[in-house]
Amino acid sequence: MKHLVTALLACLALNAQPAPTSIAIRGAKIVPVSGPAIEKGAVVLRGGLIESVGENVTIPADAEVIDGTGLTVYPGLIDALSTWGMPGVAPAAGRGGGRAGAAAAAPAAPPAKGPEDRPSTTSWIKAADEFQPNDRRIELARNAGFTTAVVFPTTGIFGGQGSIIDLAGDKRDDMVLEPSVGQYIAMYIGRGFGGGFPSSLMGVIAYVRQIYLDADHYKLVKAAYEKNPRGMERPAYDRALEGVIESKRILLPANRWVEVQRMVKFGRELKQPTILYGMVEGFDKRSTDYLKDTPVLVSLKWPAAPRDPDPDEVETLRTLEDRAKAPTAPEALKQAGVHFAFYTDGVDQPREIQRAMKKAMDAGLSREDAVRALTLSPAEIYGVADRVGSIEKGKIANLVVTKGEIFDDRTRVEMVFIDGVKHTPTPEPPGRGGAATPEREN
Amino acid sequence: MKRFLLAALLALAPLFGETTVIRNATIMSESGKGTFKGSIVIRDGKIAEVGENVMIPDGATVIDASGEWVTPGIIDCHSHIAADGNINEGSVSVSSMVNIKDVINPEDIAIYRALAGGVTVANILHGSANSIGGQTIVLKMRWGKDADEMIFEGAKPGIKFALGENPKRAGNPQGGRGGNASPARYPATRMGVEDTIREAFNEAVAYKAEWDRYDAAVKAGQNPIPPRKDLKLEALKEVLEGKRYVHAHSYRADEILMLIRIADDYGFKIRTFQHVLEGYKVADEIAAHGAGGSTFSDWWGYKMEAYDAIPYNAALMAKKGIIVSLNSDDAELMRRLNTEAAKAIKYGGLSREDALAMVTINPAKQLGVESRVGSIEAGKDGDVVLFDKDPLSTMSKVQKVWIDGNKYFDRDGDVSGRPAKELEKKKLMNAEKSNAPARRPQ
Repeated sequence: MKHLVTALLACLALNAQPAPTSIAIRGAKIVPVSGPAIEKGAVVLRGGLIESVGENVTIPADAEVIDGTGLTVYPGLIDALSTWGMPGVAPAAGRGGGRAGAAAAAPAAPPAKGPEDRPSTTSWIKAADEFQPNDRRIELARNAGFTTAVVFPTTGIFGGQGSIIDLAGDKRDDMVLEPSVGQYIAMYIGRGFGGGFPSSLMGVIAYVRQIYLDADHYKLVKAAYEKNPRGMERPAYDRALEGVIESKRILLPANRWVEVQRMVKFGRELKQPTILYGMVEGFDKRSTDYLKDTPVLVSLKWPAAPRDPDPDEVETLRTLEDRAKAPTAPEALKQAGVHFAFYTDGVDQPREIQRAMKKAMDAGLSREDAVRALTLSPAEIYGVADRVGSIEKGKIANLVVTKGEIFDDRTRVEMVFIDGVKHTPTPEPPGRGGAATPEREN
Repeated sequence: MKRFLLAALLALAPLFGETTVIRNATIMSESGKGTFKGSIVIRDGKIAEVGENVMIPDGATVIDASGEWVTPGIIDCHSHIAADGNINEGSVSVSSMVNIKDVINPEDIAIYRALAGGVTVANILHGSANSIGGQTIVLKMRWGKDADEMIFEGAKPGIKFALGENPKRAGNPQGGRGGNASPARYPATRMGVEDTIREAFNEAVAYKAEWDRYDAAVKAGQNPIPPRKDLKLEALKEVLEGKRYVHAHSYRADEILMLIRIADDYGFKIRTFQHVLEGYKVADEIAAHGAGGSTFSDWWGYKMEAYDAIPYNAALMAKKGIIVSLNSDDAELMRRLNTEAAKAIKYGGLSREDALAMVTINPAKQLGVESRVGSIEAGKDGDVVLFDKDPLSTMSKVQKVWIDGNKYFDRDGDVSGRPAKELEKKKLMNAEKSNAPARRPQ
């Protein structure tokens, strides 16, 4: 039923074909990521899953056969920290406006007087409940070969819980692969002068620390009350703590090596499985030495020179070094044995994503590792590698099919499969250029 | 740049465990010996021997310091360098939950500049926006080390208090009587500052009692639910238990007496009055309380409460038996604390040794680290500074600085390394220019 609905709607809205009972891509090069590439083979998809893959696969009689000659099949790309589909970024509770649908958006709340007011916190929000499938960026993402994104609410300090979302399907709930995979935390100093607690980095850190102390205490008190409520004061319900307790892991920001060390230590202190995101200075040994047990997400928004620099502003050697070396971070992390994945961080246009990946490869990262960091690695980091991230029998049929090797500037995304449903990239508006333009060049 | 510099310095620096001998120097030892010509042996990070004639161990690096001067490493009892983000958590009047330790920035160039002025230890304080401010930390200026390695191991942590104009108006340009744009933050008067501190300690006393009851119950073999851990009150509990020093920003005599009364009422000690510009008026009371005074040499009149400041303050307080230090409160002034000390000779007629003590052994005593640093004595840390001329002269320049027997600053190394750094920078700038994509027409 789900697939029928999806397929019908997709047919109307998304330029996608209705799914036949099974699809077989044959004669294609297959890069399963979980194992060595197959120079010429076939993948069979059925019921939204991968039925079989290999050099010698029997093509079922009922299959719609796609001739894959000259094409390469990869697992669908995964954006490891995304805001695709999330309503526009707005400040958390208290500033009026607020995020659409966010229960927190009480207008003109007084500034927080301390941690007890739970400032800039919407830890209970799940991306799966806020996600808007009609976000234009989702179509762009598919055009670039993405089938899946780990989407987070990113407003405030405790933004909320990330969800793993498949990037097609018209009914939101059908797109959710995993509703809660971690809590997004930012060192966010929101309202500035006179804006209440916290107003400094150390204030944010103290606040996050207090929240986890409170969460521990909350659990104790709740458990005791559940056991025997008689004669005991009722523990007050605290949705901020509920959201934090519900989260399987935390994401903490770190770009400089100083921040990497600080946040790794902080995650350990909080006793939370931790993922760091940012990683401009992931190339530095002082970063990688700290990351033996901490996976990281590397931003694809490589630091760039300011567009209109102040002519009087002299950039430091350090700034120049960071800019020059940032794209070498992925290879340095790989060499150091750090588990890493990429995230798009606002780089939405297919062409820009391709260029950003190229930059990392030019800086030493192999194509295999580049592909892995957008497929199997994010799946492993979030604990869903049994479902997505590679082309293996029984996994979800999320694939990207290209003509040419992925991330090359002349490569085109020919089609993507999401839950076994085929999507053909839509032409990009003229002037934009694009890796996924389906029209053939003559 | 910093990394390059570090590499250059490390190449010059003796490895830990090596032995350094500084020979034929004029030594200002601050250990009762006065000033004398002699030599210092530093081994395994500690001063092994100091005297007119020393045995030069085999394999020692020998520095001939003929015509040059050696002082103990300079100690700044009031600094705000080496911290990331805002130095004030100014949103609340009691911000004891925040901790400078969480935001140590070992890359702050001010550390290196302080080293270049002979500073080896600094007390890094939270700002003065709050009646009770954040937790503080003592650092050694181990430039190039990680944040954790900067911390002066074993030095008791502190907390910042602040009295007078700053806490009653901070976070609020209208002195606490602001309009809607910037809601009032209590307190707005000196009376309110006193009340804020008393209220906080009332809470802390109750909090401590709650925990004491819990600890007693646990000891008695019961299994109660622990009280909620409150980071704000936890720090004040430590003050009550004597585990944390109070460093109190203060100006006027009346508020100094006010804080002494509070401390007496609640049974804790003020470790140092900081700035303490009217300390000379109430020196007997400060001495009786046992607090130190950390003041400016000759700043006054920069705001109302600084009008009665006099440059004789340091000398007058010292003569009443207060341990007095001269501090910087400022990254720039921090580089020339030696001449700040010299001013106490002009204003107040202190001896050369007593003047130097105000930036060496006296602040060491105020920070409770006098057994480790502050003078050149066998058994103390190998924290010494080599000046080319009389350290109390404005003409002198720091040549070399050792901390724990490791050389962290070398003027020659710095100067000779500059062209290479310039070249490196030019190279990066040129590379960036040639790689820059042509500007797309808009």
